Amino acid sequence: MAVTVVFIGKLADLAGEDERQVAAPLTWAGLGEALGADLAAAAADDRTKIAVNGKLLAEKTGLNAGDGDEVALLPPVSGG
Amino acid sequence: MVTRSRCCLRYRAADVAITVDLLDQPFNPGQFVGPFTNAHPGLGGLCSFVGEVRSDADVEALELLHYERMTRPGMEELAAQAVERFDLMGLLMVHRVGVMRPGEPIVLVSACARHRRGAIDAVDFAMDHLKSRSWFWKREKRSNGWHWIEPRQQDHSDLARWGD
Repeated sequence: MAVTVVFIGKLADLAGEDERQVAAPLTWAGLGEALGADLAAAAADDRTKIAVNGKLLAEKTGLNAGDGDEVALLPPVSGG
Repeated sequence: MVTRSRCCLRYRAADVAITVDLLDQPFNPGQFVGPFTNAHPGLGGLCSFVGEVRSDADVEALELLHYERMTRPGMEELAAQAVERFDLMGLLMVHRVGVMRPGEPIVLVSACARHRRGAIDAVDFAMDHLKSRSWFWKREKRSNGWHWIEPRQQDHSDLARWGD
């Protein structure tokens, strides 16, 4: 029973991988524990957004992902 | 009255050609703009913008990352907003991802409309939103390695012009 956590951009550099399987269900507190201190701090940064299955969370501390869900950690965008 | 305007909107949305493309290889903007122009007989104005990797001292390459399940739907939503807001006949948005060298096109936006103002403003609107609100992440390769690019204040003030 797993949730896929996807790391993007500099967060992937920090994680040392593009994604990681963690146990479901996954809450905000559980995410912090699963990520370790450095990544948890980056995830908590105001500018880091979190999406579940491609849908942005309005309030990331409300994270509640289940088996098969994909949780993406999105650093500030810099496109175009 | 409400029913009628809904009906027209639906008709128009179905009638307008929106093309959104994400490419991982170099592209020639002209090869997109030509067919796009030909596909809209009766247009009054067509405006195109091409953004390229700027030649800066010490920048060897630029890499754009995206997140497929959000980047493409986000661009499609942006395109639909531009079509609605500027009464377009068609909108074309092509964006590179992957590693690019100076001089390579990164982005192409073309809009056509019955009148020039809509086409010009739609391209400006789309570019400001692509720069600061679309799901892309950029890094540059300099002589001392790769560096992630942070969002610029200018991008946010450009976006604020549109009041949305």
